[in-house]
Amino acid sequence: MLDLREYTCLGAALRDAIDRFAAQTCLIEADRDREKTQLSYSDFKELALPLARALEDAGFDAGGRAAMVMSNQSKWLVSAYAIFYCGGVLVPLDFKLTAAEQLQLLAHSQATVLIVEYYLWRAITQSPDFQNLTTRIVLVTEAPLGADLLGGFRWEDFKRKGAPDFVMRQREDVASIVYSSGTGGRPKGCVLTHENYLEQCRALMAWYPFWPGVRYLSILPTNHAIDFMVGFIGPFVCGACVVHLRTLRPEFVRDAFMRYRITYVALVPMILKNLERGLRAKFDELGAAKRFVLDRMIGLNKLLTRRRPKVKLSRLLLPGVHRAFGGDLLALITGGAFMEPSTMQFFYDLGIPVVNGYGLTEAGTALTLNDLKPFRADTVGKPLPGVELRILNPDAEGVGEVAARSQTVMSHYLDDPELTMETIVEGWLLTGDLGRLDGSGHLQLLGRKKNMIVTEGGKNIYPEDIESVFDGLPVKEYSVIAANYVWPAKELGRELLVLVLRLEQNQQFDSKLLEEVNARNRRLPDFKRVGGRVVWGKDFPRTASMKIKRNDLAEEIRNTIERSAVVKL
Amino acid sequence: MQTADQTLDEILTLAAAHFKVPRETLGPDDDFFKTLGVDSLQTLDLLTRLEHHFHVELPDYELEGVSDFRTLASRIQARL
Repeated sequence: MLDLREYTCLGAALRDAIDRFAAQTCLIEADRDREKTQLSYSDFKELALPLARALEDAGFDAGGRAAMVMSNQSKWLVSAYAIFYCGGVLVPLDFKLTAAEQLQLLAHSQATVLIVEYYLWRAITQSPDFQNLTTRIVLVTEAPLGADLLGGFRWEDFKRKGAPDFVMRQREDVASIVYSSGTGGRPKGCVLTHENYLEQCRALMAWYPFWPGVRYLSILPTNHAIDFMVGFIGPFVCGACVVHLRTLRPEFVRDAFMRYRITYVALVPMILKNLERGLRAKFDELGAAKRFVLDRMIGLNKLLTRRRPKVKLSRLLLPGVHRAFGGDLLALITGGAFMEPSTMQFFYDLGIPVVNGYGLTEAGTALTLNDLKPFRADTVGKPLPGVELRILNPDAEGVGEVAARSQTVMSHYLDDPELTMETIVEGWLLTGDLGRLDGSGHLQLLGRKKNMIVTEGGKNIYPEDIESVFDGLPVKEYSVIAANYVWPAKELGRELLVLVLRLEQNQQFDSKLLEEVNARNRRLPDFKRVGGRVVWGKDFPRTASMKIKRNDLAEEIRNTIERSAVVKL
Repeated sequence: MQTADQTLDEILTLAAAHFKVPRETLGPDDDFFKTLGVDSLQTLDLLTRLEHHFHVELPDYELEGVSDFRTLASRIQARL
């Protein structure tokens, strides 16, 4: 691994890694069971530098912002490196947002370059807001030959001969702007510096190193902080290989473990649970004798690994299970959402450690991680090297808001000094999450102070961002609110968004209104949908400018009705 | 070539078999996440089964934003 203390920017670290590990394989891309691309670090350089040169010739230079809207693939990483090579700022956008949301964030970021996958570009060009797009250069990947790209260039053709000029950046310079939320009107663009990333990478690799020969399966979106770090920066500065899969179909994911003998993979709870379901179903199909042997082997493995993982021993005890994961898997990494302890324990007992952690986009990637010494399914691990945690205003049980100080904490929110001041106070990042530190330094998360939910797919959903879908609902007023925010439960499961309805005088909640609610709810992607409703009997508290006072409303509801009053939608 | 109605009917039958529910409990405009209580990964599993049946290949993004059988049927019909 490179010594990242010697570097001032990601571009320089990646450049040296690419030269040092030139002959190693850095990327494999497969679509279903068809391998599309296999690149060495040297091949990677051959693809990225002509793109960097073309970007420079087009006027893209130090500090310029380039947005990416693309699913996981090799062109994502090639493009990101070209942007860093030019000294640019990367703006990775979530490809699962709607075109209108992407356009909104593009405008907010003031990106001058957009690199976008063809099917996503088509959606953007069909959006009514497309005419407001001000991005100067648009590069479209995988566009069919002859397709009208409405001013965009084919990514594959956008290259120039001749060495581009490498632009060095300083540690405090901006490396990327990552949106943690805000499509509902107040975009939260986390401005992350080169130092944030270099220090995050150093801390993570100190506990879970990569090396040439390691194969990381990239499933989480690369625009997400976790995959950007462990599916790009981390493996690259260590000479490891990233495997991209162009589908999330469970059968092909399972197949990829075996085909590419995967070493690490980062997963959100939804995928881990899917794998668990598949394994349990297979176990249930076993005959009585085989099942008896399996259960005994699991029991023995559990006993022998109670202090720390012994992956080689587990592979001997449970060869069938480990073969199904390719035989070389060292750990499953999970984060970004609440993970059921029982699911993590299930995998750990099979000899497959689950490295769970906790982090926020505002804090780079991760603040804490399970060090597996021993494995603790009931916590989100210990602070990573260089991370200080404090519990603010703890109650009698030691539970309070988690605050963090680290070189990985973002510089600020883009164009929002007020929100920055509320979020970073005297150098401490206020996470809005409630937790406590136990005697051994492990962090336990026990609820949220902020009005939002995190889905099993790892998506942060803020009520403000989805509320407008209920515009025009024939009621006096309405609001969306997170159940765990209204009724703190000292746990992070049972995440639910609740629609609070204030009806007109003499109005009843009837089947017609239910139909209206359901119809609007269905316009949202499934992971953003509201899951429950309550009818509220008073007018909402509002500010002088008529904005709903959400804190006050939540408190009034909390003091008046129980969570059990929420009716499922 | 089969009609859109035939495609929809076959999808409903296959979905019922896949998720082990009676065929009559599924309607064309049902939100399958809600009716079946499944997540998006489980619907991807169903998609694989539908691909084999109809001999088509659908990229994952074709299912983005699709939550009812009628829309799913129209996506498949377009590729037949």
